Amino acid sequence: MAINVSLSVNGQAVSRDVQPNRLLVDFLREELGLTGTHVGCDTSQCGACTIHLDGLPVKSCTMLVVQADGARITTIEGLAPDGDGGDLHPMQEAFRQNHGLQCGFCTPGMVMAGIGIAQRHGLPSNDVIRAELDGNFCRCTGYHNIVKSIAAGAKAMAMTGAKTVAETGGE
Amino acid sequence: MDIPARLPDPRKREKKMYRFEYHKATSLEDAASKRSTADDATYLAGGMTLIPTLKQRLASHSDLIDLAGIDGLAGISVDGAVVTIGAMTCHAEVAASAALRDAIPALADLAGLIADPAVRNRGTIGGSLANSDPAADYPAAVLGLGATIVTDKREIAADDYFLDLFETALEEGEIITAIKFPVPKRAAYEKFPNPASRYAIVGVFVAETEGGVRVAVTGAGPCAFRVSDMEAALAGNFAPDAVAGITVSADDLNQDLHASAAYRASLVTTMAKRAVAKAAG
Amino acid sequence: MADRESGIGARVLRKEDKRFLVGRGRYMDDINRPRQVYAVFVRSQVAHGTLKGLDSGAALETDGVIAVLTGEDVAADGLGSLPCGWTIHSKDGAEMKTPAHPALAIGKVRYVGEPVAVVIGETLEAARDGAELVELDIDELPPVTDVVAALEQGAPGIHDDVPGNECYHWGLGDEEAVDKAIDAAHHVTRLELRNNRLAPNAMETRAAIGEYDPVDGMYTLHVNSQNPHLHRLVLAAFVELAPEHKLRVISPDVGGGFGSKIFIYSEETVCAWAARRVGRPVKWTATRSEAFLADAHGRDHASTAELALDKEGNFLALRVRTKANMGAYLSTFAAAVPTWLYGTLLAGQYKTPAVHVEVRAVFTNTSPVDAYRGAGRPEAAFLLERIVEKAAREIGMDPAELRRRNLIPKDAFPYQTPVALVYDTGDYEASLDKALDMADYAGFAARRAESEARGMKRGIGLSCYIEACGLAPSQLAGELGAGIGLFESAEIRVNATGGVKVFTGTQSTGQGHETTFAQLVADRLGLDMDEVEIVHGDTDRVQYGLGTYGSRSLSVGGSAIHMATEKIVEKARKIAAHMMETTADDVDFTQGLFTAKGTNKSMHFKEVAFSAYVPHNYPLDELEPGLHESAYYDPENFTYPAGTHICEVEVDPETGVVDILAFTAVDDFGRIINPTIVEGQVHGGVAQGIGQAMLEHCIYDDESGQLVTGSYMDYAMPRADDLPDFTLAFTETPCTHNPLGAKGCGEAGAIGSTPALINAITSAIGHENIAMPATPLAVWRAMRGAE
Repeated sequence: MAINVSLSVNGQAVSRDVQPNRLLVDFLREELGLTGTHVGCDTSQCGACTIHLDGLPVKSCTMLVVQADGARITTIEGLAPDGDGGDLHPMQEAFRQNHGLQCGFCTPGMVMAGIGIAQRHGLPSNDVIRAELDGNFCRCTGYHNIVKSIAAGAKAMAMTGAKTVAETGGE
Repeated sequence: MDIPARLPDPRKREKKMYRFEYHKATSLEDAASKRSTADDATYLAGGMTLIPTLKQRLASHSDLIDLAGIDGLAGISVDGAVVTIGAMTCHAEVAASAALRDAIPALADLAGLIADPAVRNRGTIGGSLANSDPAADYPAAVLGLGATIVTDKREIAADDYFLDLFETALEEGEIITAIKFPVPKRAAYEKFPNPASRYAIVGVFVAETEGGVRVAVTGAGPCAFRVSDMEAALAGNFAPDAVAGITVSADDLNQDLHASAAYRASLVTTMAKRAVAKAAG
Repeated sequence: MADRESGIGARVLRKEDKRFLVGRGRYMDDINRPRQVYAVFVRSQVAHGTLKGLDSGAALETDGVIAVLTGEDVAADGLGSLPCGWTIHSKDGAEMKTPAHPALAIGKVRYVGEPVAVVIGETLEAARDGAELVELDIDELPPVTDVVAALEQGAPGIHDDVPGNECYHWGLGDEEAVDKAIDAAHHVTRLELRNNRLAPNAMETRAAIGEYDPVDGMYTLHVNSQNPHLHRLVLAAFVELAPEHKLRVISPDVGGGFGSKIFIYSEETVCAWAARRVGRPVKWTATRSEAFLADAHGRDHASTAELALDKEGNFLALRVRTKANMGAYLSTFAAAVPTWLYGTLLAGQYKTPAVHVEVRAVFTNTSPVDAYRGAGRPEAAFLLERIVEKAAREIGMDPAELRRRNLIPKDAFPYQTPVALVYDTGDYEASLDKALDMADYAGFAARRAESEARGMKRGIGLSCYIEACGLAPSQLAGELGAGIGLFESAEIRVNATGGVKVFTGTQSTGQGHETTFAQLVADRLGLDMDEVEIVHGDTDRVQYGLGTYGSRSLSVGGSAIHMATEKIVEKARKIAAHMMETTADDVDFTQGLFTAKGTNKSMHFKEVAFSAYVPHNYPLDELEPGLHESAYYDPENFTYPAGTHICEVEVDPETGVVDILAFTAVDDFGRIINPTIVEGQVHGGVAQGIGQAMLEHCIYDDESGQLVTGSYMDYAMPRADDLPDFTLAFTETPCTHNPLGAKGCGEAGAIGSTPALINAITSAIGHENIAMPATPLAVWRAMRGAE
């Protein structure tokens, strides 16, 4: 039986009837056309599907849409303040400046995870970044430049006053 | 023993999640009642094991009853010598709790080692314990600290809770509501992760508690177990050397392509030694 | 340093990044076609058996299921076997055995995961429901998955037309000279090793959408391909799906390839064909579990080697015997990988006078094996650098010193090796010295003592690798058995207002072609980076080209772009000469400006371009209007990137855990266009090489033939915390035979790193018996001898 869910996605109110077994990632990609969130595995490990749910990174392949009823969701498409055309979020910009991506497939998940790392740790060391990336796989970069990107992005976030989880209470 | 694959078995043909009905429970009574009236219902906590299992059609249920909307099931409170963690508290919150870090830092450390940060934002302590995966981390702490599992019906001592592979003392329909951890004098957890899945190949939780020293092992057997020889040795001398020479028998331990039983047995000693060093340090 | 911010050698930021960073990349699964239906493949769950029947009745009754199609349906429509594009001849002159490879199994199933039927549904869920209900009637036969076991007497026969499961028995080199040298040698080092089987694991799984327009008989196939024209050629000329001009192949943004998206597989063939059958576009996207079974795997060799040395440590001869697992069928380039991409590299960087190699290629009940990042060259480098390291330890010589003594000196080029190749240039000692210095090789003993004081075992390992890439001279490739040419093409269209579109037959799967190629053209024409757009990935837009593999895109594809750009400059020079009333010889062109020598007249490139399209004042009697050139570049030789990788590890003797403390790579890729992109290629390659060395392994169960590491729960992918920060540097001896001097950098990391890490581990644990991957369990066992 379809269930009505109402949620906020990238600042827009969304209300739809969905099947109970509809995964959040499929909903975002297929119904909302937000194809920046990717699926790279079927065991909840690769992290290409990472989004923010009420400000916290989660794996959208391992959540039902019905569980997200009432939640505030941010996807990779919702990060840049002016949308696609304008400035990038400091974490996106850090990936661009540091060659933190190659094929780009894991990148949305990496950026969303990277923001989470910055929010939890402020200015994390490379070791902390590496440990905190254990739920995000990349096959292209060897992670070297991803680690560099997240360190730089965290620094830029701190300087631009991007809010930390502690300040926002996860919002 | 050979542990069965927890998640997708590559031998299984491509499948997609079976259909089910979804209900959001408003109270424990509501959850239990919804469950009892459905064909083959199950509770949904964080869903970090259940949803991948359903996705792969390794399990099917007529109804999922989501516990996330029930008030009072999440949160951490420290009351003198006891820390109570609500069943729906996610791993990330346990790992980050300043109050818990003061009271039982080893437990906060352990929570920070479960899966990955995104999974820790969804997975819950109650869900983990109800599932009782042989390679999960929490069972080591629950058993190692001598915690009490609080359900909607009763309280279960940790020593009575873990029965066998994916088998606990929970009765049909029983819901974990909280876990009460006595604050130990000192404790530590050492985990040896599976290089692929990052579940524990072996995890050892060592605690010096009011009731004595406890050593609990996860990952190595069908469910978490205590090592009484180590506990006895540490009671006399809480130092790494006390356990360095004590090995568990490999006979009953798990084996898979990542770790033989003998290797697991060796890791139990090594992780115990290191946990003691950390706790004593 | 470059003279312009975007010039050759400059660290230009990638043009393609922004769309990926805002989630606007367009990968296969992001594409949907009107009225599309979904394909789900029914795959064999047994490794070996006779396919007696298939019952699709229940599946066809499922809501939303449109069709269930089988191998017999494919055959009935006249589609041919999936071909192997390279023919190898055995030592005795016999042509290799090429058993039929139907897109959907007919008569027999030969590996777990082999596609047997396809279920087409209105929705993915319907197709999956239907696929679950297709009943296969299979009489199981005993399987054989191991490459050595498959050659043994009495092993199960996989193909009726391949007695003994042997595809070919190939040889290269002077056997007699090698035998003599080994018999007479002062010392012979012997080594037996396995090169582990790997799953490629591009993060984007393979996918396809087939479409058919009955009005004009045109097929369109969207597929994440490393070589869309090769897909078109094979599906037209060999599978006979449609004539080449009636088939359009589109490869959008591709989420990694590493070889796995070169090949022409069953799934895209079936999607294109089924689209005509059902009259709707047919879409398929692999799940990750499916990819583990359905993507061609890499490597899987069993080898023995003997290296003969004289008293001073000079290498005299090398003998190699290898058994190479092909899997159940020959994938598109499978036959070439353990032969011309492997045996020819066994001289390495060394002046060993005699090398002889024999390779037996073997069919087994496993997924097909084909090129995976490095393809043959990692196998050669691993074997050679392991035996050299072992030899050094046996004769008590420092491994760096033994290598140095045997390196081909820099004044010996061009150098003819005893295994067919002619290396054009190199300075191997320069890379070795630089790497030793950067890794503080001299200080290792002190660091080891410090580790030992903490109860840890420390080791250091070297690898001086060479590879051959930039595939390839077409004529030579043809002589060696290739079924295709191996040039590359470029077309440059200058617009009237001066912007440029560059069409290349190569295909980026993450390598940054849109940036590197734009840098080449912008630098030469004096344009801004954003005035140059690179176009690839569509056979209807781009002229025939061969695609991206074998680190060929810059050295071959870039050379074609260079040639086309030069043609543009020469035509523009003539136009400028006319307009400035001088001769072309008297016109200089630098930084976008044509100047008439000895005058103050000058014209910008854009002004000339405008004149070419608005030819009011134009030499129409000599020149056609327009500014649009194309070029095809066929290389004279392979290119030979080489370098030294050094790895330092600490091993925990209690747990067997290997901690990589430092990884230093010094590579000679010839001339570098964008160092940032090149470093990224090395990082990724090294990570894959380390993954092979200590984490990754496709393991088959001998008895059941099941792939037991068929998901990320059991197949260990390298994660960020498995790897160190990498320390990189370059040396440079420009390639002598392509106009860019570029050698190729895509695979080197995966070639050099694996032996360096294993040599470091063996150095730490003090003996050689460690199999890859060197997991904690394997290292722990190795340190104990046995359990």
